Amino acid sequence: MRVPAGSVVGVIGPNGSGKSTLLKAIAGVLRAQRGEVLLGGRPIREQASRVAFVPQREEVNWDFPVTARDVVLMGRYRPIGWLRWPGRDDRRMADAALEVLGLGGMGHRHISQFSGGQQQRIFMARALVQEPALVLLDEPFTGIDVQNRQVFHERIQALASAGVTVLVATHDLDEVAETTTHVLCLNRALVAFGPTATTFTPATLKAAFGGQVAVFEQPR
Amino acid sequence: MNWLSEPLQYEFMQRAMLEVVIIGALCGLVGCFVVLRGLAFIGDALAHAVFPGVVLSYIAGQSILIGAMAFGTLTAAGVGFLSRSRRVSEDSAIGVVFVAFFALGVVILSRQGGFNRDLGSLLFGNILGVSRGDVIVTAAIAVVVAGILLALLKEFTLLAFDPTMAKSAGYPVFALDVLLLLLVSATIVVSLQTVGNVLILALIVTPPATARLLTDRLGRMMVVSVAIAVASGVIGLYLSYHAGTAAGATIVLTATAAFVAALVMAPNHGMVSGYWQRRHGHHHAHHFHEEGEAVHLD
Repeated sequence: MRVPAGSVVGVIGPNGSGKSTLLKAIAGVLRAQRGEVLLGGRPIREQASRVAFVPQREEVNWDFPVTARDVVLMGRYRPIGWLRWPGRDDRRMADAALEVLGLGGMGHRHISQFSGGQQQRIFMARALVQEPALVLLDEPFTGIDVQNRQVFHERIQALASAGVTVLVATHDLDEVAETTTHVLCLNRALVAFGPTATTFTPATLKAAFGGQVAVFEQPR
Repeated sequence: MNWLSEPLQYEFMQRAMLEVVIIGALCGLVGCFVVLRGLAFIGDALAHAVFPGVVLSYIAGQSILIGAMAFGTLTAAGVGFLSRSRRVSEDSAIGVVFVAFFALGVVILSRQGGFNRDLGSLLFGNILGVSRGDVIVTAAIAVVVAGILLALLKEFTLLAFDPTMAKSAGYPVFALDVLLLLLVSATIVVSLQTVGNVLILALIVTPPATARLLTDRLGRMMVVSVAIAVASGVIGLYLSYHAGTAAGATIVLTATAAFVAALVMAPNHGMVSGYWQRRHGHHHAHHFHEEGEAVHLD
Protein backbone atom coordinates (compact mmCIF):
# COMPACT_ATOMS: atom_id res chain seq x y z
CA MET A 1 0.00 0.00 0.00
CA ARG A 2 1.08 3.56 -0.65
CA VAL A 3 0.10 6.47 1.56
CA PRO A 4 0.34 9.93 -0.03
CA ALA A 5 2.23 12.52 2.05
CA GLY A 6 -0.05 14.79 4.03
CA SER A 7 -2.85 12.30 4.32
CA VAL A 8 -4.67 11.38 7.50
CA VAL A 9 -5.15 7.64 7.65
CA GLY A 10 -7.64 6.06 10.00
CA VAL A 11 -6.46 2.57 10.99
CA ILE A 12 -9.51 0.55 11.99
CA GLY A 13 -10.38 -3.03 12.81
CA PRO A 14 -11.72 -5.13 15.67
CA ASN A 15 -9.76 -5.77 18.87
CA GLY A 16 -6.73 -7.91 18.16
CA SER A 17 -6.84 -7.11 14.45
CA GLY A 18 -3.30 -5.70 14.56
CA LYS A 19 -3.80 -1.93 14.64
CA SER A 20 -1.26 -1.31 17.39
CA THR A 21 1.04 -3.96 15.99
CA LEU A 22 1.04 -2.32 12.57
CA LEU A 23 1.79 1.09 14.07
CA LYS A 24 4.59 -0.34 16.17
CA ALA A 25 6.05 -2.19 13.21
CA ILE A 26 6.04 1.04 11.21
CA ALA A 27 7.65 2.84 14.16
CA GLY A 28 10.33 0.16 14.34
CA VAL A 29 9.31 -0.84 17.87
CA LEU A 30 8.40 -4.32 16.68
CA ARG A 31 10.31 -6.02 13.92
CA ALA A 32 8.30 -6.80 10.82
CA GLN A 33 8.28 -10.49 9.94
CA ARG A 34 8.23 -9.64 6.31
CA GLY A 35 7.92 -6.61 4.10
CA GLU A 36 9.45 -3.20 4.47
CA VAL A 37 8.40 0.33 5.26
CA LEU A 38 9.63 3.20 3.17
CA LEU A 39 9.26 6.87 4.03
CA GLY A 40 9.72 9.18 1.10
CA GLY A 41 11.25 6.29 -0.86
CA ARG A 42 13.95 5.46 1.72
CA PRO A 43 13.83 2.78 4.44
CA ILE A 44 12.12 4.25 7.47
CA ARG A 45 14.73 2.96 9.94
CA GLU A 46 17.30 5.23 8.32
CA GLN A 47 15.21 8.23 9.26
CA ALA A 48 13.81 7.08 12.58
CA SER A 49 14.03 10.53 14.09
CA ARG A 50 11.38 11.76 11.66
CA VAL A 51 8.80 9.32 13.03
CA ALA A 52 6.78 10.44 16.05
CA PHE A 53 4.87 7.84 18.04
CA VAL A 54 2.11 8.81 20.45
CA PRO A 55 1.54 5.79 22.72
CA GLN A 56 -1.67 4.57 24.29
CA ARG A 57 -2.21 6.16 27.64
CA GLU A 58 -2.08 2.84 29.48
CA GLU A 59 1.44 2.25 28.21
CA VAL A 60 2.90 5.28 29.97
CA ASN A 61 4.33 5.24 33.48
CA TRP A 62 2.53 8.26 34.98
CA ASP A 63 4.48 7.99 38.23
CA PHE A 64 7.76 8.81 36.54
CA PRO A 65 9.30 11.95 38.05
CA VAL A 66 8.95 14.29 35.06
CA THR A 67 6.92 17.40 34.30
CA ALA A 68 4.85 17.98 31.17
CA ARG A 69 7.63 20.16 29.77
CA ASP A 70 10.24 17.47 30.46
CA VAL A 71 8.16 15.01 28.43
CA VAL A 72 7.80 17.42 25.52
CA LEU A 73 11.53 18.13 25.60
CA MET A 74 12.14 14.40 25.09
CA GLY A 75 10.92 15.01 21.56
CA ARG A 76 14.01 17.15 21.04
CA TYR A 77 16.50 14.55 22.34
CA ARG A 78 17.05 12.87 19.00
CA PRO A 79 17.33 16.04 16.93
CA ILE A 80 19.77 17.45 19.51
CA GLY A 81 21.96 14.33 19.36
CA TRP A 82 24.26 12.53 21.78
CA LEU A 83 26.16 14.34 24.53
CA ARG A 84 24.30 17.61 24.04
CA TRP A 85 21.60 19.20 26.16
CA PRO A 86 18.35 20.92 25.33
CA GLY A 87 19.04 24.63 24.98
CA ARG A 88 16.92 27.74 25.09
CA ASP A 89 15.54 27.16 21.60
CA ASP A 90 14.44 23.65 22.50
CA ARG A 91 12.71 24.87 25.63
CA ARG A 92 11.02 27.60 23.63
CA MET A 93 9.80 25.00 21.13
CA ALA A 94 8.48 22.83 23.94
CA ASP A 95 6.61 25.70 25.55
CA ALA A 96 5.19 26.76 22.19
CA ALA A 97 3.95 23.22 21.52
CA LEU A 98 2.27 23.06 24.92
CA GLU A 99 0.70 26.44 24.21
CA VAL A 100 -0.66 25.27 20.86
CA LEU A 101 -2.24 22.28 22.59
CA GLY A 102 -3.91 24.46 25.17
CA LEU A 103 -1.52 23.60 27.99
CA GLY A 104 0.35 26.92 28.09
CA GLY A 105 1.70 27.76 31.52
CA MET A 106 1.18 24.23 32.83
CA GLY A 107 4.54 22.83 31.73
CA HIS A 108 5.95 22.75 35.25
CA ARG A 109 3.30 20.36 36.56
CA HIS A 110 3.99 16.71 37.17
CA ILE A 111 2.45 14.49 34.48
CA SER A 112 0.12 12.75 36.91
CA GLN A 113 -1.59 16.06 37.65
CA PHE A 114 -3.34 16.25 34.30
CA SER A 115 -6.60 14.78 33.09
CA GLY A 116 -6.53 11.94 30.58
CA GLY A 117 -7.17 14.22 27.63
CA GLN A 118 -4.50 16.63 28.74
CA GLN A 119 -2.04 13.77 29.13
CA GLN A 120 -2.69 12.79 25.53
CA ARG A 121 -2.08 16.37 24.49
CA ILE A 122 1.31 16.40 26.26
CA PHE A 123 2.38 13.48 24.08
CA MET A 124 0.99 15.19 21.00
CA ALA A 125 3.09 18.24 21.89
CA ARG A 126 6.11 15.95 22.13
CA ALA A 127 5.36 14.62 18.66
CA LEU A 128 5.17 18.18 17.29
CA VAL A 129 8.61 19.22 18.55
CA GLN A 130 10.16 16.18 16.86
CA GLU A 131 9.47 17.96 13.55
CA PRO A 132 8.30 14.63 12.13
CA ALA A 133 7.42 13.52 8.62
CA LEU A 134 5.16 10.79 9.97
CA VAL A 135 3.04 10.80 13.13
CA LEU A 136 1.60 7.58 14.54
CA LEU A 137 -1.23 7.92 17.04
CA ASP A 138 -2.24 4.80 18.95
CA GLU A 139 -5.83 5.12 20.16
CA PRO A 140 -5.58 8.82 20.98
CA PHE A 141 -9.32 9.26 21.48
CA THR A 142 -9.87 6.54 24.07
CA GLY A 143 -11.59 8.08 27.04
CA ILE A 144 -11.15 11.73 26.13
CA ASP A 145 -13.86 14.35 25.95
CA VAL A 146 -15.18 16.42 23.06
CA GLN A 147 -13.07 19.46 23.80
CA ASN A 148 -9.87 17.41 23.86
CA ARG A 149 -10.86 15.74 20.61
CA GLN A 150 -11.31 19.14 19.02
CA VAL A 151 -7.78 20.19 19.99
CA PHE A 152 -6.45 16.93 18.58
CA HIS A 153 -8.28 17.30 15.30
CA GLU A 154 -7.01 20.81 14.82
CA ARG A 155 -3.43 19.60 15.31
CA ILE A 156 -3.88 16.64 13.01
CA GLN A 157 -5.29 18.86 10.28
CA ALA A 158 -2.48 21.37 10.77
CA LEU A 159 0.12 18.60 10.47
CA ALA A 160 -1.52 17.23 7.34
CA SER A 161 -1.63 20.63 5.68
CA ALA A 162 2.08 20.96 6.43
CA GLY A 163 2.64 17.74 4.46
CA VAL A 164 3.05 15.44 7.47
CA THR A 165 1.42 12.03 7.15
CA VAL A 166 -0.68 10.97 10.13
CA LEU A 167 -1.79 7.43 10.98
CA VAL A 168 -4.46 7.15 13.66
CA ALA A 169 -5.40 3.78 15.13
CA THR A 170 -8.86 4.13 16.55
CA HIS A 171 -11.98 2.33 17.65
CA ASP A 172 -14.11 5.31 16.92
CA LEU A 173 -15.63 4.88 13.49
CA ASP A 174 -17.37 8.25 13.65
CA GLU A 175 -13.98 9.88 13.91
CA VAL A 176 -12.81 8.06 10.84
CA ALA A 177 -15.78 9.08 8.77
CA GLU A 178 -15.43 12.71 9.68
CA THR A 179 -11.74 13.40 9.95
CA THR A 180 -9.63 11.13 7.76
CA THR A 181 -8.62 11.26 4.12
CA HIS A 182 -7.85 7.54 3.94
CA VAL A 183 -8.94 4.37 5.68
CA LEU A 184 -6.85 1.33 6.46
CA CYS A 185 -9.03 -1.56 7.45
CA LEU A 186 -7.41 -4.50 9.28
CA ASN A 187 -8.50 -7.87 10.51
CA ARG A 188 -5.22 -9.75 11.08
CA ALA A 189 -4.52 -8.92 7.44
CA LEU A 190 -5.17 -5.95 5.22
CA VAL A 191 -8.89 -5.88 4.41
CA ALA A 192 -9.00 -2.63 2.52
CA PHE A 193 -7.08 0.57 2.00
CA GLY A 194 -8.12 3.65 0.08
CA PRO A 195 -9.63 7.12 0.23
CA THR A 196 -12.22 7.39 2.98
CA ALA A 197 -14.93 8.48 0.56
CA THR A 198 -14.71 5.27 -1.49
CA THR A 199 -13.33 2.76 1.04
CA PHE A 200 -15.24 3.53 4.21
CA THR A 201 -18.30 1.61 3.14
CA PRO A 202 -20.70 -0.80 4.82
CA ALA A 203 -19.21 -3.62 2.75
CA THR A 204 -15.65 -2.94 3.98
CA LEU A 205 -16.80 -2.64 7.57
CA LYS A 206 -18.69 -5.92 7.38
CA ALA A 207 -15.60 -7.60 5.96
CA ALA A 208 -13.43 -6.29 8.78
CA PHE A 209 -15.78 -6.43 11.74
CA GLY A 210 -18.08 -9.28 10.73
CA GLY A 211 -21.22 -9.17 12.82
CA GLN A 212 -19.71 -6.89 15.46
CA VAL A 213 -20.82 -3.68 13.86
CA ALA A 214 -24.22 -2.43 12.88
CA VAL A 215 -24.22 0.03 10.03
CA PHE A 216 -26.98 2.60 9.82
CA GLU A 217 -26.99 4.61 6.65
CA GLN A 218 -27.67 8.23 7.18
CA PRO A 219 -30.48 9.58 5.01
CA ARG A 220 -28.83 12.44 3.17
CA MET B 1 32.39 18.08 68.80
CA ASN B 2 34.45 15.34 70.29
CA TRP B 3 31.79 12.92 69.11
CA LEU B 4 32.55 13.98 65.55
CA SER B 5 36.31 14.47 65.69
CA GLU B 6 37.35 11.57 67.88
CA PRO B 7 36.88 8.77 65.32
CA LEU B 8 38.74 10.72 62.67
CA GLN B 9 42.02 10.62 64.56
CA TYR B 10 42.37 7.05 63.31
CA GLU B 11 43.59 6.65 59.80
CA PHE B 12 41.36 3.66 59.12
CA MET B 13 38.34 5.78 60.06
CA GLN B 14 39.45 8.58 57.75
CA ARG B 15 39.72 6.10 54.92
CA ALA B 16 36.40 4.54 55.82
CA MET B 17 34.74 7.96 55.89
CA LEU B 18 36.13 8.86 52.49
CA GLU B 19 35.09 5.49 51.08
CA VAL B 20 31.58 5.83 52.44
CA VAL B 21 31.18 9.30 50.92
CA ILE B 22 32.28 8.08 47.47
CA ILE B 23 30.16 4.94 47.62
CA GLY B 24 27.17 6.88 48.94
CA ALA B 25 27.33 9.39 46.12
CA LEU B 26 27.68 6.67 43.50
CA CYS B 27 24.92 4.43 44.87
CA GLY B 28 22.60 7.39 45.34
CA LEU B 29 23.09 8.39 41.71
CA VAL B 30 23.00 5.00 39.96
CA GLY B 31 20.27 3.83 42.34
CA CYS B 32 17.85 6.38 40.85
CA PHE B 33 17.84 4.41 37.63
CA VAL B 34 17.64 1.09 39.43
CA VAL B 35 14.48 2.36 41.11
CA LEU B 36 12.98 4.03 38.03
CA ARG B 37 13.65 1.03 35.82
CA GLY B 38 12.46 -1.46 38.43
CA LEU B 39 15.85 -3.19 38.46
CA ALA B 40 15.93 -3.87 42.21
CA PHE B 41 15.60 -7.62 41.75
CA ILE B 42 18.23 -7.73 39.03
CA GLY B 43 20.49 -5.62 41.24
CA ASP B 44 20.09 -8.10 44.06
CA ALA B 45 20.82 -10.94 41.66
CA LEU B 46 23.97 -9.17 40.45
CA ALA B 47 25.17 -8.66 44.00
CA HIS B 48 24.80 -12.39 44.63
CA ALA B 49 26.20 -13.48 41.31
CA VAL B 50 29.52 -11.73 41.81
CA PHE B 51 30.14 -13.64 45.04
CA PRO B 52 32.23 -16.45 43.53
CA GLY B 53 34.44 -13.78 41.97
CA VAL B 54 34.86 -12.14 45.34
CA VAL B 55 35.76 -15.45 46.97
CA LEU B 56 38.20 -16.47 44.26
CA SER B 57 40.13 -13.21 44.34
CA TYR B 58 40.08 -13.30 48.14
CA ILE B 59 41.60 -16.78 48.12
CA ALA B 60 44.16 -15.71 45.54
CA GLY B 61 45.06 -12.82 47.82
CA GLN B 62 44.00 -10.24 45.24
CA SER B 63 41.77 -7.22 45.62
CA ILE B 64 38.19 -8.50 45.60
CA LEU B 65 37.44 -5.86 42.98
CA ILE B 66 39.13 -7.90 40.27
CA GLY B 67 37.09 -11.07 40.65
CA ALA B 68 33.90 -9.20 41.39
CA MET B 69 34.34 -7.00 38.34
CA ALA B 70 34.89 -10.02 36.09
CA PHE B 71 31.80 -11.83 37.37
CA GLY B 72 29.77 -8.62 37.45
CA THR B 73 30.48 -7.82 33.82
CA LEU B 74 29.68 -11.37 32.77
CA THR B 75 26.41 -11.40 34.67
CA ALA B 76 25.28 -7.99 33.47
CA ALA B 77 25.80 -9.11 29.89
CA GLY B 78 24.04 -12.40 30.71
CA VAL B 79 21.00 -10.62 32.12
CA GLY B 80 20.89 -8.40 29.08
CA PHE B 81 20.76 -11.33 26.70
CA LEU B 82 18.40 -13.28 28.92
CA SER B 83 15.91 -10.41 28.89
CA ARG B 84 16.12 -10.38 25.12
CA SER B 85 15.02 -13.95 24.57
CA ARG B 86 11.46 -14.44 25.68
CA ARG B 87 11.72 -18.20 26.06
CA VAL B 88 12.24 -18.31 29.82
CA SER B 89 10.39 -16.37 32.42
CA GLU B 90 12.96 -13.73 33.22
CA ASP B 91 12.77 -13.54 37.00
CA SER B 92 12.69 -17.29 37.48
CA ALA B 93 15.78 -17.68 35.32
CA ILE B 94 17.58 -14.92 37.18
CA GLY B 95 16.55 -16.39 40.52
CA VAL B 96 17.71 -19.89 39.65
CA VAL B 97 21.04 -18.97 38.12
CA PHE B 98 22.18 -16.31 40.52
CA VAL B 99 21.38 -17.94 43.79
CA ALA B 100 23.28 -20.93 42.41
CA PHE B 101 26.26 -18.64 41.78
CA PHE B 102 26.02 -17.40 45.32
CA ALA B 103 25.94 -20.94 46.69
CA LEU B 104 28.94 -21.78 44.53
CA GLY B 105 30.85 -18.92 46.16
CA VAL B 106 29.96 -20.20 49.62
CA VAL B 107 31.02 -23.74 48.69
CA ILE B 108 34.38 -22.57 47.37
CA LEU B 109 34.93 -20.52 50.49
CA SER B 110 33.96 -23.37 52.79
CA ARG B 111 36.89 -25.40 51.45
CA GLN B 112 39.18 -22.83 53.07
CA GLY B 113 40.10 -22.54 56.73
CA GLY B 114 38.69 -19.69 58.84
CA PHE B 115 35.42 -20.02 57.00
CA ASN B 116 33.13 -18.17 59.37
CA ARG B 117 35.27 -15.12 59.91
CA ASP B 118 35.91 -14.65 56.21
CA LEU B 119 32.33 -15.30 55.24
CA GLY B 120 31.19 -12.61 57.64
CA SER B 121 33.44 -9.92 56.23
CA LEU B 122 32.69 -10.88 52.64
CA LEU B 123 28.93 -11.01 53.10
CA PHE B 124 28.50 -7.94 55.25
CA GLY B 125 31.43 -5.83 54.18
CA ASN B 126 34.48 -4.67 56.01
CA ILE B 127 34.65 -0.94 55.58
CA LEU B 128 37.11 -0.46 58.41
CA GLY B 129 39.56 -2.61 56.49
CA VAL B 130 39.74 -0.57 53.27
CA SER B 131 43.21 0.38 52.19
CA ARG B 132 44.43 3.60 50.59
CA GLY B 133 44.60 1.74 47.29
CA ASP B 134 40.99 0.59 47.68
CA VAL B 135 39.84 4.18 48.16
CA ILE B 136 41.71 5.32 45.08
CA VAL B 137 40.31 2.51 42.92
CA THR B 138 36.80 3.16 44.25
CA ALA B 139 37.10 6.86 43.46
CA ALA B 140 38.37 6.16 39.94
CA ILE B 141 35.56 3.70 39.15
CA ALA B 142 32.99 6.03 40.68
CA VAL B 143 34.14 8.87 38.46
CA VAL B 144 33.94 6.71 35.34
CA VAL B 145 30.51 5.24 36.17
CA ALA B 146 29.00 8.58 37.19
CA GLY B 147 30.58 10.22 34.15
CA ILE B 148 29.01 7.74 31.74
CA LEU B 149 25.64 7.92 33.46
CA LEU B 150 25.54 11.70 33.40
CA ALA B 151 26.81 11.92 29.82
CA LEU B 152 23.97 9.65 28.71
CA LEU B 153 21.43 11.00 31.19
CA LYS B 154 19.10 12.16 28.42
CA GLU B 155 19.09 8.74 26.75
CA PHE B 156 18.79 6.74 29.99
CA THR B 157 15.92 8.95 31.09
CA LEU B 158 14.05 8.50 27.82
CA LEU B 159 14.65 4.76 27.93
CA ALA B 160 13.36 4.53 31.49
CA PHE B 161 10.28 6.64 30.83
CA ASP B 162 9.30 5.61 27.33
CA PRO B 163 11.17 2.65 25.81
CA THR B 164 8.70 2.62 22.92
CA MET B 165 9.68 6.08 21.84
CA ALA B 166 13.37 5.34 22.43
CA LYS B 167 13.09 2.43 20.05
CA SER B 168 11.04 4.24 17.45
CA ALA B 169 13.45 7.18 17.54
CA GLY B 170 16.18 4.76 16.53
CA TYR B 171 18.24 4.61 19.74
CA PRO B 172 20.34 1.45 20.24
CA VAL B 173 18.05 0.36 23.06
CA PHE B 174 19.64 -3.02 23.70
CA ALA B 175 23.16 -1.61 23.91
CA LEU B 176 22.00 1.13 26.28
CA ASP B 177 20.22 -1.45 28.46
CA VAL B 178 23.34 -3.59 28.73
CA LEU B 179 25.44 -0.50 29.43
CA LEU B 180 23.11 0.50 32.27
CA LEU B 181 23.36 -3.00 33.74
CA LEU B 182 27.14 -2.76 33.53
CA LEU B 183 27.08 0.55 35.39
CA VAL B 184 24.83 -0.96 38.06
CA SER B 185 27.10 -3.97 38.26
CA ALA B 186 30.23 -1.80 38.64
CA THR B 187 28.48 0.20 41.36
CA ILE B 188 27.62 -2.96 43.25
CA VAL B 189 31.12 -4.30 42.89
CA VAL B 190 32.89 -1.24 44.27
CA SER B 191 30.38 -1.03 47.11
CA LEU B 192 30.86 -4.62 48.21
CA GLN B 193 33.69 -3.74 50.56
CA THR B 194 31.56 -1.22 52.35
CA VAL B 195 28.36 -3.13 53.00
CA GLY B 196 28.90 -6.58 51.50
CA ASN B 197 26.82 -8.70 49.13
CA VAL B 198 23.78 -9.04 51.33
CA LEU B 199 23.27 -5.40 52.25
CA ILE B 200 24.37 -3.60 49.09
CA LEU B 201 20.92 -3.50 47.58
CA ALA B 202 19.68 -1.35 50.45
CA LEU B 203 22.28 1.30 49.69
CA ILE B 204 21.25 1.34 46.03
CA VAL B 205 17.49 1.28 46.44
CA THR B 206 16.68 3.02 49.73
CA PRO B 207 18.13 6.52 49.09
CA PRO B 208 16.47 7.01 45.67
CA ALA B 209 13.20 5.55 46.92
CA THR B 210 13.36 8.07 49.75
CA ALA B 211 14.18 10.89 47.36
CA ARG B 212 11.28 9.93 45.10
CA LEU B 213 8.91 10.47 48.03
CA LEU B 214 10.26 13.98 48.46
CA THR B 215 10.23 15.27 44.89
CA ASP B 216 8.52 14.89 41.52
CA ARG B 217 11.50 15.99 39.45
CA LEU B 218 14.19 13.64 38.23
CA GLY B 219 17.02 16.16 38.62
CA ARG B 220 16.09 16.92 42.21
CA MET B 221 15.52 13.26 42.91
CA MET B 222 19.11 12.52 41.89
CA VAL B 223 20.55 15.31 44.04
CA VAL B 224 18.44 14.38 47.07
CA SER B 225 19.20 10.69 46.63
CA VAL B 226 22.96 11.34 46.58
CA ALA B 227 22.65 13.60 49.63
CA ILE B 228 20.67 10.98 51.58
CA ALA B 229 23.05 8.17 50.64
CA VAL B 230 26.14 10.17 51.61
CA ALA B 231 24.55 11.39 54.85
CA SER B 232 23.41 7.86 55.75
CA GLY B 233 26.92 6.59 55.14
CA VAL B 234 28.61 9.23 57.29
CA ILE B 235 26.04 9.20 60.09
CA GLY B 236 25.86 5.41 60.06
CA LEU B 237 29.61 5.15 60.32
CA TYR B 238 29.70 7.50 63.30
CA LEU B 239 26.89 5.62 65.00
CA SER B 240 28.60 2.30 64.45
CA TYR B 241 31.86 3.67 65.86
CA HIS B 242 30.25 5.01 69.01
CA ALA B 243 27.80 2.19 69.54
CA GLY B 244 30.27 -0.52 68.57
CA THR B 245 27.94 -2.01 65.95
CA ALA B 246 28.66 -3.47 62.50
CA ALA B 247 29.35 -0.56 60.15
CA GLY B 248 27.62 -1.75 56.97
CA ALA B 249 24.41 -2.76 58.71
CA THR B 250 24.31 0.45 60.73
CA ILE B 251 24.65 2.49 57.53
CA VAL B 252 21.78 0.57 55.97
CA LEU B 253 19.57 1.13 59.01
CA THR B 254 20.37 4.84 58.96
CA ALA B 255 19.21 5.02 55.34
CA THR B 256 16.11 3.03 56.28
CA ALA B 257 15.34 5.52 59.05
CA ALA B 258 15.49 8.35 56.50
CA PHE B 259 13.12 6.40 54.27
CA VAL B 260 10.61 5.84 57.06
CA ALA B 261 10.78 9.50 58.04
CA ALA B 262 10.10 10.53 54.43
CA LEU B 263 7.31 7.99 54.10
CA VAL B 264 5.55 9.47 57.10
CA MET B 265 6.24 13.14 56.55
CA ALA B 266 6.82 13.81 52.84
CA PRO B 267 4.87 16.85 51.60
CA ASN B 268 3.08 15.20 48.67
CA HIS B 269 3.46 11.46 48.95
CA GLY B 270 3.76 11.09 52.72
CA MET B 271 1.28 9.36 54.99
CA VAL B 272 0.67 12.46 57.11
CA SER B 273 -0.14 14.63 54.11
CA GLY B 274 -2.21 11.84 52.58
CA TYR B 275 -4.21 11.58 55.78
CA TRP B 276 -4.56 15.36 55.92
CA GLN B 277 -5.78 15.51 52.33
CA ARG B 278 -8.33 12.76 52.85
CA ARG B 279 -9.59 14.41 56.00
CA HIS B 280 -9.92 17.80 54.38
CA GLY B 281 -10.93 16.73 50.94
CA HIS B 282 -7.89 18.09 49.10
CA HIS B 283 -7.55 15.34 46.59
CA HIS B 284 -4.70 15.18 44.17
CA ALA B 285 -5.57 15.93 40.60
CA HIS B 286 -4.29 12.39 39.95
CA HIS B 287 -6.01 10.05 37.58
CA PHE B 288 -8.94 11.75 36.03
CA HIS B 289 -11.17 9.39 34.17
CA GLU B 290 -13.48 10.53 31.49
CA GLU B 291 -16.11 8.34 30.01
CA GLY B 292 -15.11 6.43 26.91
CA GLU B 293 -17.50 6.46 24.00
CA ALA B 294 -19.07 3.42 22.50
CA VAL B 295 -18.25 2.56 18.92
CA HIS B 296 -21.17 3.20 16.68
CA LEU B 297 -22.01 4.44 13.23
CA ASP B 298 -24.66 6.84 12.09
